[in-house]
Amino acid sequence: MKIMDKFGDMLMAIVVFALVVVLIVALAWLVGQIRTRASGKVQGFIYILPVLIMLLGGLVYPAILTIRQAFGGPTGDEGFGVENFVAVFTRPELLRPLINTAIWVVCVPVFATIVGLAYAVLVDRSRFEAFAKALIFLPMAISMVGASIIWKFMYDFRAAGETQVGLFNAILTGIGFQPVDFMQIRWWNTFFLIVVMVWIQAGFAMTVLSAAIKGIPDEIIEAAKIDGTTGWKLFRFITLPSIRGSLVVVLTTVGIATLKVFDVVRTMTGGQFDTSVLALEFYNYSFRYSQYGTGAALAVVLFILVLPIVIYNVVQMRKDA
Amino acid sequence: MSSNVPDAVGHENIVPDPDGHENTQLDTTGPESTVHEAKLKRRGHSAAGNAARAISSPWASVAAVILAIMWTTPTLGLFITSFRTQEDIQNSGWWTAILRPWFTVKNYEAALFGGSTSLIDYFVNSLVITIPAVIIPLMLAALAAYAIAWTKFPGRNWIFVGIFALQIVPLQVALIPLQQIYNALQLPSFWQVWLSHSIFALPLAVFLLHNFMKDLPAELMEAARVDGAGHNAIFFRVILPLMKPALASFGIFQFLWVWNDLLVALIFAPARANAPLTVRVAEMSGTMGGQWYMLSAGAFISMIVPVAVFLFLQKYFVRGLLSGGLKG
Repeated sequence: MKIMDKFGDMLMAIVVFALVVVLIVALAWLVGQIRTRASGKVQGFIYILPVLIMLLGGLVYPAILTIRQAFGGPTGDEGFGVENFVAVFTRPELLRPLINTAIWVVCVPVFATIVGLAYAVLVDRSRFEAFAKALIFLPMAISMVGASIIWKFMYDFRAAGETQVGLFNAILTGIGFQPVDFMQIRWWNTFFLIVVMVWIQAGFAMTVLSAAIKGIPDEIIEAAKIDGTTGWKLFRFITLPSIRGSLVVVLTTVGIATLKVFDVVRTMTGGQFDTSVLALEFYNYSFRYSQYGTGAALAVVLFILVLPIVIYNVVQMRKDA
Repeated sequence: MSSNVPDAVGHENIVPDPDGHENTQLDTTGPESTVHEAKLKRRGHSAAGNAARAISSPWASVAAVILAIMWTTPTLGLFITSFRTQEDIQNSGWWTAILRPWFTVKNYEAALFGGSTSLIDYFVNSLVITIPAVIIPLMLAALAAYAIAWTKFPGRNWIFVGIFALQIVPLQVALIPLQQIYNALQLPSFWQVWLSHSIFALPLAVFLLHNFMKDLPAELMEAARVDGAGHNAIFFRVILPLMKPALASFGIFQFLWVWNDLLVALIFAPARANAPLTVRVAEMSGTMGGQWYMLSAGAFISMIVPVAVFLFLQKYFVRGLLSGGLKG
């Protein structure tokens, strides 16, 4: 019965929003009946009204409040000052996540793109292309929590002498080394976590870049080959420049996703052993420590970090257009 | 996995292997190389294919196979583990199960119905959260996209730019005040999640659907108007049927995104009564750190639906990826 109640609620929600649509359509119909020159314009505005209300109330207004809170001291409502931002850049427990985030946002897009591009080139036109691509792409479909558990198992650590059930430590002990607790070696553990995100994102890079490669006109390739350009040179001087736009899209999209990621770190280490990132600290400060001001400042820093990536992307897009 | 999965860009280019082996090699010198060459000719050449062949195909094949193995092994390892007994997992690595296979579904039973995890409840929650969170933004975004593309209300270009720009706002920037607003309105937990996912999906949905819609031929709209159709009729009878591919591809994208989400769920639906699988599985990872029999089964229970969606609707999912720039 409880389950039925939940599905009942779910149907209710769908019906409520269907009614919203019906209401909009009815309003638009009424306006249409008036038949003045303006009625088409009013109808258009009615169609977009619910989206505007939701975006203004659910995104724009909250964002403004958050920016205000970021300047309002640790709790978010004490006067006006920049101490929260100073804290982000000076307090060790926040500076470390900031540095880690910088490492993440450089490493993940670069490695995901390299792997994705290499794989797209290697399997292009092969007999098992579709199957081979699905293998790499599959991690995109699973949650970061699921992916983290998969990798936690790969990194699993048991004390020396015990049977290692994690693949990496089994290999290490198998060839005569001591087992390693990958999540606890400072500095390196951040890179072991980055591996997980690269594993997730490479499929996205591969898909977009593969489509770009297939979009290169045959004539260009033929002309280059007539000139005697083959192999690596063909890739370096024809393929790579032709897919530059897609490379930018991939790097920026993966970069933005990486800035905001926190599930991987939270699931694998909980942010311990110096592995935390900004997005996780945002969650901790806002929803665990109840320091809304500091949390808001972290969110604003994330937003500021996203901005230049997006602006660069837009400029590139306009150049290509 | 079916070997007939359409590939990433929608081409069907799987050739059945005459030997019946599933190898992913790029062998162009094999016995059927003439067939292969012929296929290449028919499809035209590609820079990368040529490059790969010229880089010397044996090495290219080896590299491709190694990458494929590296990407598949982690999942395979946990998957095999999820079917092993608790004792076997403790005492030997999952790779030994390939030589001495002994499998059980006990872990899944325990994870789904056992009192300490009862993932079945969370599975229901995931469904209840995800379905409206896909349908609601799709309905509203389609209407808005039509208004921007095919009606002429003043300021629509600015509104479009504004909506597009909202894609770059990280969710984090909106979460705390949104929670305060919900609390003031005393919204039930499910409603908080549905609304949040819908709001966060709208910028990308409007952007993608608008891009698709504005490419439809204007003559269609003109013809319908001559026949006396108003905006309502044009939207429902002409546009919506043509929009199916775009709606499907964004719908799948949104489905995977909501199903796999952790942040929004942690904040708006943390309690057992309405938390989705991701929240519970993440929690298990903390409290049952070493209990791989539970954790592995739990992870795969949370993956079944998205992986099924991925395998069956891969074509649309990829189409959504390729038409979309940024996801906010």
